[in-house]
Amino acid sequence: MAKLTFKTDNCKGCSLCVYACPKGILQIATDKINKKGHHPAECIDMEKCIGCASCAMMCPDCIIKVER
Amino acid sequence: MSDKILMKGNEAIAEAAIIAGCRHYFGYPITPQTEIAAYMAKKMPKIGGTFLQAESEIAAINMVYGVASAGKRVMTSSSSPGVSLKGEGLSYLAGSDLPSLIVNVQRGGPGLGGIQPSQSDYFQSTRGGGHGDYHMIVLAPASVQEMAELTVKGFELADTYRMTSMILADGTMGQMMEPVSLDIDVKPAPEKPWATTGTQMAREHNIVNSLSLVPEELEELNFKRYDRYKVIEENETMFEEYKVEDADIVLAAFGIAARVSKNAVDEARKMGIKAGLIRPITLWPFPKAPFKAAAEHAKAFISVELNMGQMIEDVILATESKCPVTLCNRAGGMIPDPKQVLNSIIEINGGAK
Amino acid sequence: MAVVFDKPHALCDVPLHYCPGCTHGIVHRLVAEVIDELGIEGKTIGIAPVGCSVMAYNYFNCDMIEAAHGRAPAVATGVKRADPENHIVFTYQGDGDLASIGMAETVHAAARNENITVIFINNAIYGMTGGQMAPTSLVGQVTQTSPYGRDPKACGYPIKVCEMLSELVGPEYLERVTVNSVKNIRTAKKAIKKAFQNQIDGKGFSLVEVVSSCPTNWGMTPKQALDWIDSDMLPYYPLGVYKDRSAEQKEAE
Repeated sequence: MAKLTFKTDNCKGCSLCVYACPKGILQIATDKINKKGHHPAECIDMEKCIGCASCAMMCPDCIIKVER
Repeated sequence: MSDKILMKGNEAIAEAAIIAGCRHYFGYPITPQTEIAAYMAKKMPKIGGTFLQAESEIAAINMVYGVASAGKRVMTSSSSPGVSLKGEGLSYLAGSDLPSLIVNVQRGGPGLGGIQPSQSDYFQSTRGGGHGDYHMIVLAPASVQEMAELTVKGFELADTYRMTSMILADGTMGQMMEPVSLDIDVKPAPEKPWATTGTQMAREHNIVNSLSLVPEELEELNFKRYDRYKVIEENETMFEEYKVEDADIVLAAFGIAARVSKNAVDEARKMGIKAGLIRPITLWPFPKAPFKAAAEHAKAFISVELNMGQMIEDVILATESKCPVTLCNRAGGMIPDPKQVLNSIIEINGGAK
Repeated sequence: MAVVFDKPHALCDVPLHYCPGCTHGIVHRLVAEVIDELGIEGKTIGIAPVGCSVMAYNYFNCDMIEAAHGRAPAVATGVKRADPENHIVFTYQGDGDLASIGMAETVHAAARNENITVIFINNAIYGMTGGQMAPTSLVGQVTQTSPYGRDPKACGYPIKVCEMLSELVGPEYLERVTVNSVKNIRTAKKAIKKAFQNQIDGKGFSLVEVVSSCPTNWGMTPKQALDWIDSDMLPYYPLGVYKDRSAEQKEAE
């Protein structure tokens, strides 16, 4: 049981978290646009999240909070 | 009245800096000011201070920038070519509103020039020395006593107005020995709440910075800085007048040139020529008022300089073109002698009476 | 549930201005995490460079100073010497700043074993000015000022800073790391922590070179840029510890 919280408005849609996720449950939400005009990252299956924080560690903008 | 001791001008600067509470000196060897560094190298370790011979003038001025950021009294010294290298740092110090003291014991230029006395960095000093709109407070001592006193004053002014003070001396002033009293009052440094000394987790972080990418904001910073400069012009301008009140011929000279000029004034007076001297002690701010006042009764002004004529421009501006202003000069490390100055006085007076 | 990862306190809660996927942000965070973990935020003073990370002074909660281009080690020397007991001082510099215009300041701070921490971002390009050749640009690398690829005949070879400094007697610790994977980020953090700990312990000059990416000026996606670090950067800039005097001394004993 883990939880990711994204500071979506600071996301630049760089995708580095998507590649870092060992469970493949992150994606860039091409149907959403944040305040900065980027497609932000999102988790598509929180149930599968193991809270490893790989995404957060790769994120250059420090927008992901991880709880476990 | 305290005892006087015989000191070289350069040593007087160094000792006065220590008296003013300066415990950090950074420099790079260059003639004719190296005595300052040597003095500091001997003294600083014994009083818990820092002497560091930097890898370059550029590094030295940036070390000054670091100590100044941390809110402590700090200085560097150099001579003309070295001061050019420090120009970048001087501009950053101004842009970040940091207090510091720099000494320029001038030598002849341009380029590597020579090592003999000169005043040819007048423009560089009084106009800022680096890029951008800014000034330094420029102090021009004419005796070893003043080398010491103006050094202390320089630190105080730097702290008060958060800017760089420069002691603009020359090789003669640096090398000459005179009796000097070091019984100088020192005002304690003001609080520096802006300094980067660590937040101690008790305040917002302080930022020392000269970058401002929004032009409206940068303009505002420049306006504010120049408002401060106006206060300095009003309150801190210093000069000495010598027999000016009835003078027909008024000399303008600072530093060693002023000493020579004083002799020439006396000689001229003996010949019946009413000569006088205005000696700017602050070159920036330039003492415009005494020149303007003297222009009301003087027939002519002579700017006596160890350069190709630099201060003369400020004299022309200050006298508002009411009188002719001529130049009496030597350059490249040469010093005008009293006879040359006297001859200039006689010539402009239309002969001796 | 417990928080296992969040923004460190020493990193300001503001959006970073860096391009998408730029690894400056990762290194900023690592530095901030280390400052948090060592409990030194209140006594730390950071020196920002000129270049892409010029505005680093807005991103760290500790006191910050913006230095002239390349002069950060000299400024850091001043700040450190102003109060050696109570100031923890780090510089954060790019390759143009540290290895080109500021090379003299870098070498001499290292030679003096100045007790400061230097974080050196090597991304083989000038980012802020729009992608010109850096002192660390690879041979053949196309940049705005080497449009036909860096030609060593005309502009020499890229400088290996850690290797070069390791020849000096002075410096305490030199390590090259990268941040192109979670594993490498962990190693990078350890190195940065050691570089700060060395200063706390009074050991002297510690420099961590972080091989970083510049997707925008390399003309790559952020992921491609991380892969290019592996394929092109690391063969020329091998990772590892280039000098660790304390460890060497221990070994000798």
